[in-house]
Amino acid sequence: MINKLVNNADEAVFDIPENAVIMMGGFGLCGIPENCIQAILKKGIKGLTFISNNAGVDDFGIGLLLKTRQVKKMISSYVGENAEFERQLLSGELEVDLIPQGTLAERIRAGGAGIPAFFTPAGYGTEVAQGKEVREFEGKKYLMEAWLRADFSIVKAWKGDTTGNLVYRGTARNFNPMMAAAGRITIAEVEELVEPGELDPNQIHTPGIYVQRIFTGTHYEKRIEQRTLRNIKK
Amino acid sequence: MLDKTGIAKRIAREIRDGMYINLGIGIPTLVANFIPPQIDVVLQSENGLLGIGPFPTEGEIDPDLINAGKQTITMMPGSALFSSAESFGMIRGGHVDLTILGAMEVSERGDIANWKVPGKMVKGMGGAMDLVASAKHIIVAMQHCSRDGASKLLPDCTLPLTGLRCVKKVVTDMAVLDILPHGGFKLLERAPGISVEQIKNATSGKLIIEGEIPEMELE
Repeated sequence: MINKLVNNADEAVFDIPENAVIMMGGFGLCGIPENCIQAILKKGIKGLTFISNNAGVDDFGIGLLLKTRQVKKMISSYVGENAEFERQLLSGELEVDLIPQGTLAERIRAGGAGIPAFFTPAGYGTEVAQGKEVREFEGKKYLMEAWLRADFSIVKAWKGDTTGNLVYRGTARNFNPMMAAAGRITIAEVEELVEPGELDPNQIHTPGIYVQRIFTGTHYEKRIEQRTLRNIKK
Repeated sequence: MLDKTGIAKRIAREIRDGMYINLGIGIPTLVANFIPPQIDVVLQSENGLLGIGPFPTEGEIDPDLINAGKQTITMMPGSALFSSAESFGMIRGGHVDLTILGAMEVSERGDIANWKVPGKMVKGMGGAMDLVASAKHIIVAMQHCSRDGASKLLPDCTLPLTGLRCVKKVVTDMAVLDILPHGGFKLLERAPGISVEQIKNATSGKLIIEGEIPEMELE
């Protein structure tokens, strides 16, 4: 019987070493693995490289690990919500690779799918193209980009079962499915964990083959960055 | 001069029934408020949603439902949710009809710079480079000049580029302009109360003016 269950985030991250390359799901603060971030904070491991679309905010998400100087390098597409981050970037304290969001998504997807390189038009003619092979297809120029893979991928899902099948909710899905496939070891934290057979196979977003460890997370804050309400006209 | 709302209103008049549209953060997001009620369009959010609805009421707020600017949103009936790889596949694959985004600078050849001010502001490019490299049609919403009066419609961009030769139409607080295939900003409309002379003085890129230039209609 396949059982990937661990008890909590601390157990899930127990063997992540210093200097590890870690993929972390989420778009802004939406769909981030809150429990594992806390566990890594507690573990205190340093020299980490994070592959994550954003850097959280100053006091939440990956921002917490930035404050404790546990992050050596970020591979992201947008870090604007985090002032401390931008400061560390501009001062040279932090190494940052800024990658177009679609390229980041596809590099991670390719990593999980065994595609070592592909061509994309994004960034042609910009500084992103530096050092990259350019090829023309049907009259349009494309850059060659390589796959991205990680030692550990940490993803957040809405529901999962003990074989590792995952279902996401809303826009909390974002980078999680690709990252689940591209990590050598994938850790999934879920809001609700069920037995095999309780999830409809038609509705699985991430098949369990990609997931090595799964646990039920607790105390999700689900912080909102921009609480924007409709103006109700009277 | 138009304010942000005015620019958004004018851009909304470019929208046609049945379009799939990606709206960037800032002024482009405001365009959604001015889409005529008789028109049906689908708004795509790069973080994995087709069918962005209005902002929620207090009771409708869902932290798992945000747009590209990290604002809380709702979904329209008939929406679809998907991953970021799927989202950018949709974008790169040429399925999005119209992209509306902001810019710091646009060149007379349609180059756009909107992601970095070296040494000062390096927030990152997000989805902008993918969008401008792939969209069927791109409209830029921007201020015509910077705060110190320097033109942002230039012969060549001075800031790091987001994309090359991709912008087709620009709507500023002063004018509506097309970018011609062989280069040059063609003046189409003036903002209410703005003269052609003012626009000439505010545009340092090549400006083409033919005939009478009408005032923008906003309503």
